[in-house]
Amino acid sequence: MESLGVLLTLPMNPYLEAELHRRCHLFRLWESPPARRKDFLRANAPSIRAVVGNAFVGADAETIDALPRLEIVASYSVGLDKVDLARCRERGIRVTYTPDVLTDDAADLAIGLSIATLRRLFDANRYVRAGSWKAKGDYKLTSRFSGKTVGLLGLGRIGLAVAKRAEAFGCPICYHSRTRKPNVNYKYFPSVLELAANCDVLIVACSLTEETRRIINRGVINTLGPKGVLVNIGRGPHVDEPELISALVEGRLGAAALDVYEHEPDVPEELFRLENVVLTPHVGSATWETRKAMADLVLGNLEAHVLNKPLLTPFL
Amino acid sequence: MRLSGLPIPEPSKFSLPVLKTRQPLRRFAPAPAMMSVEKPAAETPAVEREHLPPVLLLRPLLSHFHDALAPKFRFLKPWESPLPRDEFLAAHAGDVRALLCVGPFPVDAGLLACLPKLELVVTGSAGVNHIDVAECRRRGIAVTNAGNAFTDDVADYAVALLIDVLRQISAADRYVRRGLWPIQGDYPLGRKLGGKRVGIVGLGSIGSAVAKRLEAFGCTILYYSRSRKPSISYKFFSNVTNLAAESDVLVIACALTTETYHIINKEVMQALGRDGIIINVGRGALVDENELVKCLMEEEIGGAGLDVFENEPAVPQELFHMDNVVLSHHRAVFTPESFHGVLEVVLGNLEAFFSNRPLLTPISE
Repeated sequence: MESLGVLLTLPMNPYLEAELHRRCHLFRLWESPPARRKDFLRANAPSIRAVVGNAFVGADAETIDALPRLEIVASYSVGLDKVDLARCRERGIRVTYTPDVLTDDAADLAIGLSIATLRRLFDANRYVRAGSWKAKGDYKLTSRFSGKTVGLLGLGRIGLAVAKRAEAFGCPICYHSRTRKPNVNYKYFPSVLELAANCDVLIVACSLTEETRRIINRGVINTLGPKGVLVNIGRGPHVDEPELISALVEGRLGAAALDVYEHEPDVPEELFRLENVVLTPHVGSATWETRKAMADLVLGNLEAHVLNKPLLTPFL
Repeated sequence: MRLSGLPIPEPSKFSLPVLKTRQPLRRFAPAPAMMSVEKPAAETPAVEREHLPPVLLLRPLLSHFHDALAPKFRFLKPWESPLPRDEFLAAHAGDVRALLCVGPFPVDAGLLACLPKLELVVTGSAGVNHIDVAECRRRGIAVTNAGNAFTDDVADYAVALLIDVLRQISAADRYVRRGLWPIQGDYPLGRKLGGKRVGIVGLGSIGSAVAKRLEAFGCTILYYSRSRKPSISYKFFSNVTNLAAESDVLVIACALTTETYHIINKEVMQALGRDGIIINVGRGALVDENELVKCLMEEEIGGAGLDVFENEPAVPQELFHMDNVVLSHHRAVFTPESFHGVLEVVLGNLEAFFSNRPLLTPISE
């Protein structure tokens, strides 16, 4: 696919970048300074037929409009909130993503974050590394994870994988999603508020759409309550972040584990001081194994497109 | 009170003299009232208390433990007496039939010799390595432990430590809190948990609970135990080094005895290899700690998650700067549920004993 002009929006993976460079005609968006970006796009638009974006920089309306020859957006992510799907539909542009290959990592992280938050693992680490264990005994009790009710917001691939893992800890599972899922034994709640009222740990694992923007709002947070735990492995904009912070500070929400934020990579500093949070820098799929699999999927989709074969993981 | 999570010892596994740990007594800062030499005010009138069955304590109990048990038992508290312990015991504990130890205070042959009528030692821990079990057996003294009260919490903790090491949760959290994400970019990639081969060292109740959880993450479970378990489908290894050679992760969840002292040694670590990870929720002395530190510093193993150490509360400082190491101060069982659970087991065992009913959680002979 040497003739395929591919616009890579960010340096997201050395292997992916090397392969795209080797096998396609690669344009690196970040090599042009932001102020000159429009010119960069205009200059190269005749050659660019594919965009590879990720969860940070995808293909928004402006980018799509600047690329009249764009045929396919192959996202290095499973979330497509940074791709203007409506525009793609209008133009008949294909969109692929990376489902399944990162399901395990995201689910593993959700459980790891849940236990780490309830058991205050970060705090324990900090305590020992500060040399505090020599100085004083610490009999602070933390909350058990096993047997806690896990509420899933979104029961797609990732939600189901989280549920399967949580079940091994004896956790009752409940969920809310757009529609009730058939063939699923978990208790369904028709609203996120009812979900929050009936679970101990609420895990956000749905896609970001206009309907789910700030779905975790003050009401949900207050309902989850002073003993409740919020785990966000979805997207930052799922949560009303300022509201979350004040709830954590005031104790209206027990604890939170966040892998995503409204304005990554900027994380509100008020969170840094809190003991009842765990903060990770969007590492939901950040393992060697999975990122390589995601890269191979992107490359495979592009190749299929060029060869006029069925796309491996089409969304549109 | 420090309670440690270990599986219930298997039948006839501990016929050897039990290793006594030298862990310093780690207690809450003693409230002066508990350490005074005057007799404390009784919760119940002295006359009524006399009818309660006497139970010897060696150290003060945490208040919620004490409050739950004091109405039912008359505690003998040697530390409140001006007499040296052995004299106190000779004077007051000659008839005592039950000893309650909560915390790793040694119950050794010397102590047992002062208690000619002792028939029961109740410990609030799963591990019994602080008790001379062989001597108890010789004297016909039954020993009960925490049973399964801690299983879930310790298993949860082991899984959390493993995910933390592989996915660098605590290290990445530190990165974020130092404000480095906008400056230095994405955190380096971690490693996937699914598909990892996890070798459980000691497949007792905690080891089994860890196995069950990790299977749901797509791990392959292997195990070492003193003998193969007939109803278990996981691959069995009779040798820990061989187990390590076929594992990506070792989870240490066995009891500490003279046989298992330093069972994780240099040979095992080398067999585990450069990417291997060790998770220890058993006892510090199960691992050759000096060797572990050396292997980590020389990158001969890939990482470690440790809740226990050989000389608590001392933790080798070389570990403090390693991002592939997760450290915790022996608190895998520190949940209200575990504390409540062990209190129930302790109370249940004492009540059963004094009413001549079968003990709830005797360790096997």
